[in-house]
Amino acid sequence: MPETVGTVKALGARAMAHRLFWPLAALGALLVVNLIATPTFFNVRIQDGHLFGSLVDIVRNGAPVLLVAIGMTLVIATRGIDLSVGAVAAIAGAVACVYIVKSPVDGAAGTAVVAITMALAVCVALGLWNGFLVAVVGIQPIIATLVLMVAGRGIAMLVTGGQITTVNNDAFAALASGHLLTLPVAALIALGVFTATQIVVRRTALGLLIESVGINPEASRLAGVRSRTIIWTVYVFAALCAGTAGLIIAANTHSVNANSLGLWIELDAILAVVIGGTSLAGGRFSLTGTLVGALLIATLTRTIPNIGIPAEANYLFKALVVVVVCLLQSPKARAVLQRRGDRTPTSREEAVA
Amino acid sequence: MSQAETKPPRPVVEMLDVSITFGAVRALDGVSLRLLPGEVHALMGENGAGKSTLIKALTGVYTIDSGRVEIAGVETRFATPAAAQHAGISTVYQEVNLVPNLTVAENMLLGREPRRLNGIGAIDRRAMNRRAAASLQGLGIDIDPGSELGSHPIAVQQLVAIARAVDTDARVLILDEPTSSLDADEVARLFEVMRRLRDQGTAIVFVSHFLDQVFEISDRMTILRNGRVVGERRVAETTQLELVQLMIGRDLQVLERLDHAAHEASGEAVTEQRLPVLSAVGLGRKGSLEATDLTLFPGEVVGIAGLLGSGRTELARLLFGADAPDTGELTVRGSSRRRLRSPRHAIDRKLAFCSEDRKAEGVFEELSVADNMLLGLQASRGWLRPIPTATRSTLVKEFMTALDVRPADPSLPMRSLSGGNQQKVLLARWLITEPDVLLLDEPTRGIDIGAKTQIQQLVADLAEKGMSVVFISAELEEVLRLSHRLVVLKDRRKIAERPNRGVDVNDVLEIITGEPGGLAEKERADA
Repeated sequence: MPETVGTVKALGARAMAHRLFWPLAALGALLVVNLIATPTFFNVRIQDGHLFGSLVDIVRNGAPVLLVAIGMTLVIATRGIDLSVGAVAAIAGAVACVYIVKSPVDGAAGTAVVAITMALAVCVALGLWNGFLVAVVGIQPIIATLVLMVAGRGIAMLVTGGQITTVNNDAFAALASGHLLTLPVAALIALGVFTATQIVVRRTALGLLIESVGINPEASRLAGVRSRTIIWTVYVFAALCAGTAGLIIAANTHSVNANSLGLWIELDAILAVVIGGTSLAGGRFSLTGTLVGALLIATLTRTIPNIGIPAEANYLFKALVVVVVCLLQSPKARAVLQRRGDRTPTSREEAVA
Repeated sequence: MSQAETKPPRPVVEMLDVSITFGAVRALDGVSLRLLPGEVHALMGENGAGKSTLIKALTGVYTIDSGRVEIAGVETRFATPAAAQHAGISTVYQEVNLVPNLTVAENMLLGREPRRLNGIGAIDRRAMNRRAAASLQGLGIDIDPGSELGSHPIAVQQLVAIARAVDTDARVLILDEPTSSLDADEVARLFEVMRRLRDQGTAIVFVSHFLDQVFEISDRMTILRNGRVVGERRVAETTQLELVQLMIGRDLQVLERLDHAAHEASGEAVTEQRLPVLSAVGLGRKGSLEATDLTLFPGEVVGIAGLLGSGRTELARLLFGADAPDTGELTVRGSSRRRLRSPRHAIDRKLAFCSEDRKAEGVFEELSVADNMLLGLQASRGWLRPIPTATRSTLVKEFMTALDVRPADPSLPMRSLSGGNQQKVLLARWLITEPDVLLLDEPTRGIDIGAKTQIQQLVADLAEKGMSVVFISAELEEVLRLSHRLVVLKDRRKIAERPNRGVDVNDVLEIITGEPGGLAEKERADA
């Protein structure tokens, strides 16, 4: 009997030592809290061939943050940060919506496709700009992307002429509210980008080179790594991710408000990355961690109204959860917890045996 | 020595039998140092000899484990650098620790600005400028105290830092490498200020690796090696040759002579006329190396001999494009190019460079050994063409065995390896790129003797197979043992180049110091 207890303990210790233990535990705890508050929380029903339910909503509503966070992960891994993602999302939404509204056939699916393509092309240009400032001019990433964070809202305002632009295009709206194989399209896009990124990063050498630039820029330079190209690539990718997120948000409301679309989304994305265990100091990164972090944030956003916390306290509550998770993840806290675990009598017996 | 005994002036600082241990390393081992008022005292030694540790022990940055420090005859222990400064011991470090966008006067009086209303009112700028002007004038520094510090060249900023240090009534002024970024005129100006202070009775500690400067300005010197004092000399009674011998030691000499003779034969075969694989003409960079020529033939090991700060690292970095040269031409395999703009260009031309600073410029601690090994090749292929898994494992296996990397598990993170094994992995990184020219800067520094021998053997084998190697090391014995040809650098200039035939450590020392090795000859005869 003591043996099995020991094995369980050892397994527990190993699980606790895993990078994603605390984020996953927090996610689980939040779900349980929701279940207690709303016993039907886990219910998923099929209606008109679509899945509906709170869990599905979480994934669907979390899609934009997840998308932005995927791009942010790679940027952070190179020792950078991209504050402009919210503004880029707004520009993407603005470009697409204005194009659709101005088009003579504003309800056609073809119009939506052209609008989306145009918006993403603009995002590539914006990403190139960020990459240029960071990799070529050598401005600190936080300052370099601050430029577009501020100026980007202005650009989006110029595109929309300062108006809230409302569109009426079913194909475009399907980005957010559509379903494919019973699943919401927004979630499928985000998970698709996640999977594709994971494959590209780990199957090519991109991940290794990104990490090398983030861990030791000077050693990378001397080893012949084309850091400039790598940095440029991640900023363009981050802008593309942000643009896609912007399109989904715009599609969700059938409109674009240049002032509010994607506002503060960069903070949620950075939080998702940090919760997922990627260090802001750059280097090793975990896209799976980012996925968990983004889901945690989406669940949290959903939990707050569900357990009756007033909307005003929303950000405070969010901050608390994030601080706790980050603290538990820190090497110091882990060391303390580990020592606690070792001091239990069972493990001492084990050690003697 | 004799002078001190006949009429001993009272030392302002006396350190007796001071030891400091970091972990298992004895950084200072029973070191004694005495500083006399009105003397410039040079602290000499190669990298890691303990100069900085000694300064930090004196100024309260490090706590000493045993021994005593006496200031003007009173035993003292400084808990903090501020306490040392308060007792009149001021330090000016190599990098100027001042605020460039404040004025000269503000910098000099930062933290003790004269105030109106008996010290409680606003800062009295006029009084501040007056006071700063007075003390600058006292040192013969003619600049406007109201001007912004950053608008002056580094040399002047350094003088301001010194003025600030002595304005706090310094009895001891420590100057750590103050001349490393100054040109000749600026050095002369600094020396003038130093002489003035010395004549006013300040004890000055001067740390520099420029031998000529040390001999010009100092009155006395203490020489350190491996954390111990190996000599204290009056400058008037010693020679550069003796100093260098003390600094680098000559322990292994007899042993080295044996295998040195062995490879001379192979050296001759190489010097036959063949097309050079690399040739640099007038390669130089302001502030790091004067225009230098270097030719490298296939299968040849060229050893670079020179003390710390002689320009040996700078030369390698210029050859590799790690620093951009601003004069000269570099021809690799006949293709002329004014300069290599980046390491990327150098690598494409089949050059490879192992930096002396493994930690900062070589290893990726968090990546695996295998990734560290393959990074050079992968960087050349670009991210779209990953090295196929089969090739990966073959290469890693081959080089783990060939270089005897331990532990032999390529999936371990790089940080878990010892220095010697990390160095082997870095060598493997470059060998995998199949270079024609290998630039090795201190490849054996700080690694255990076993790994050291293995790396030396590897260099010899590679040259035999036709690779050209530039071998840089602070250990002259090692350079002499491996190279076919010898290039001697001093004070950022090439001062000699000759085939390594019948050359021994003393010959090199003679070249460096420009003095005949009479003393050394005698010693050898005695042995």
